Amino acid sequence: MALVAPVGLTHFLLLGTALFCLGLYCVFIKRNAIALLMGIELMLNAVNINLIAFNKFIAPASYTGQVFSIFVIVVAAAEVAVGLALVISIYRDRATTSVDDLDWLKW
Amino acid sequence: MDFALFSLNNAWLIPLLPFVAFVLIAFAFKNMEKTASTTAILFCGASFLLSLGVVAGILQHPELIEQPFIKEVRWFSMPGLSITMGQYIDPIAAMMLFVVTLVATMVMIYSTGYMQGDPGYTRFFAYLSLFACSMLGLVIATNLLQMFIFWELVGLCSYLLIGYYYFKDSAREAAKKAFMTTRIGDFGLLLGIMFLQINFGTLEFTELADKLPAFALAHPALITLIGILVFIGPIGKSGQFPLHVWLPDAMEGPSPVSALIHAATMVVAGVYLVARAFTLFHVAPEAQHFVAYIGGFTAFFAASIALTQREMKRILAYSTVSQLGYMMMALGVGSLTASMFHLMTHAFFKALMFLAAGSALHALHGTADIFEMGGLRKKMPWTAAFMVIGTLAIAGIPPFAGFWSKDEILLMTKLHGFTDLYILASLTAFMTAFYMSRMVFVAFFGKENPHNHPHESPWNMILPMGVLAALAVVGGLVGTPWTEHGFGYWVRYGEYHHPHADWSVMGGSVILAVAGIGLAWAIYGAKLIDNEKLASRAGILYTLSYRKFFIDEIYQAINKTLVAGTARFLYWIDIHIVDGFIDGLADGTGWAGRVLRRVQTGQLQHYAMIFFFTVVLVAVIMGLMGNNSAMALIGGGK
Repeated sequence: MALVAPVGLTHFLLLGTALFCLGLYCVFIKRNAIALLMGIELMLNAVNINLIAFNKFIAPASYTGQVFSIFVIVVAAAEVAVGLALVISIYRDRATTSVDDLDWLKW
Repeated sequence: MDFALFSLNNAWLIPLLPFVAFVLIAFAFKNMEKTASTTAILFCGASFLLSLGVVAGILQHPELIEQPFIKEVRWFSMPGLSITMGQYIDPIAAMMLFVVTLVATMVMIYSTGYMQGDPGYTRFFAYLSLFACSMLGLVIATNLLQMFIFWELVGLCSYLLIGYYYFKDSAREAAKKAFMTTRIGDFGLLLGIMFLQINFGTLEFTELADKLPAFALAHPALITLIGILVFIGPIGKSGQFPLHVWLPDAMEGPSPVSALIHAATMVVAGVYLVARAFTLFHVAPEAQHFVAYIGGFTAFFAASIALTQREMKRILAYSTVSQLGYMMMALGVGSLTASMFHLMTHAFFKALMFLAAGSALHALHGTADIFEMGGLRKKMPWTAAFMVIGTLAIAGIPPFAGFWSKDEILLMTKLHGFTDLYILASLTAFMTAFYMSRMVFVAFFGKENPHNHPHESPWNMILPMGVLAALAVVGGLVGTPWTEHGFGYWVRYGEYHHPHADWSVMGGSVILAVAGIGLAWAIYGAKLIDNEKLASRAGILYTLSYRKFFIDEIYQAINKTLVAGTARFLYWIDIHIVDGFIDGLADGTGWAGRVLRRVQTGQLQHYAMIFFFTVVLVAVIMGLMGNNSAMALIGGGK
């Protein structure tokens, strides 16, 4: 008898959920645009955990989930590259990275 | 080319000429008094000549009695509606053209003297020309719409002319009163016209005449309704009870205007309209009886008011109302001839009397009360003579014009079996003789008032009065019972019956007229009876008559309570419900804007939050209710 139950799908999903919520929380409350991007990374990683967990526990014979997570990582890297570039550009222009000041979208 | 034929073919020129004069005076001769009045008289005179030609043309072509001479052009048309403008010449129209142009020309000549030195001299002649144009256009109208257009123009001109002294409060009030009172009538008329258009698809007099009898057989109630609605217009325009109140006030305009309004234009328009639409009333007997009784009552009612009035023009105004009642009554009992005959003779002597009254007032610088005049005969022999002629004519003393026409009305009323109206009309004739001679005896005979220094009017005022006086004497001879091809032969509706002389009617009316004059002489001429004592003896009757049966006061009371009350109620509805709805809509939009602008903050995190919670919402719905309803919510799926 093991003292602890073997790690199952539920644990992975709980971890993913926790990670996703942390990322979401970060996105909602952080003022710094870079911190926002970091929050998004957390959420993407939460999704990756889910994808791989499902791959392993639901359809072990295929690689769909793993391939998908690699796609997500690639896209996330590209996104951060673009996002950081934007943030830097905005900083040069406005000398701020606080998203509260970045409300030009409504004009 | 033959002048009569030319006039017949070009009768549309008759209204056009005064209109040209109006335009010329209003825009070119504004500051040229002599030119303006000459233009007005010349153009109107030319219309008069053309009218003479039209009369001659009618006399040469007796077939025009049954088959009117129509020339028209299409004005506009659309599916189901075709409106034409043109000229409709038959003996009635010819007679009217003659009378209107004659009186208008005489009034214009007279005005050159009467309006001498008035600051609005050219304006006055411009209005007169427009007035003549409107009335003549109405006379030759080929359909009810054309007639209605000129009908409104006549109303406009009377408004302008009654309010000619616009700096005077009373004149402004009178003008407004005339306009609004007649407008009430016009509303009824317009409804009637719409009914006709809807039911017949045409407003042409000839086409209506063809279609009316069959329709009347099928829908007797509807045709009566239409008849009464159409008659409401003439009630307003021709000052019939109960819309007569504007007419006595219309004397606020200059005297020549009163002459024109009371004799040849405005008030006659109503009678003429009923005559034109006579086919309609002929097939609607109830409506026709309505006309007869309204007319008969108006005649009596107005005469009873005229008995005690003290202002000269007011007496004449009530006598006009009374005489118009006669004309309506004649139409109502079914005699087009008698009505039109009286219309013609009345135009002569009433215009004459208003001009004479104007002459007297002119000489006295506006003293209106006849009891302050007295003894004008010596200083103003011509005016006095003309007034006496007019009085004898309206009182119905043979062989003056009024006798023949009034007699014809009495005779026709009796012949058609309206004994009640016959008695009423005879009593009215007696009262007419009395109040008219009362005015003459008081104002022109008797003791001179030392405060007055009257002088006879210049020749340009005497001359037109002379012409009208001559016609007031002999004008009735065209319609005596002994005239074989006289007035009745030409102006008629349906089969022609040569009238015979009814000695009892004739004798009766003469006796009543002489009695009326005699009584007036006894009271005001010879002073056998003291008029003050008589007035106090008559008591309430005198008060009723002198205060015009309080009709104006009743209207005022109705105005204050009913109309003002309704207006207040409607105002409340307007402010709170109609405006409230609109304002509410605007406020709602503003509120929605204030709320919705919060979702457009430009803040990235707000958008993310909304996005996230929407996803949660969709997930919850999916979980609780299944896929389909969530798809319906976000707008996808089937």
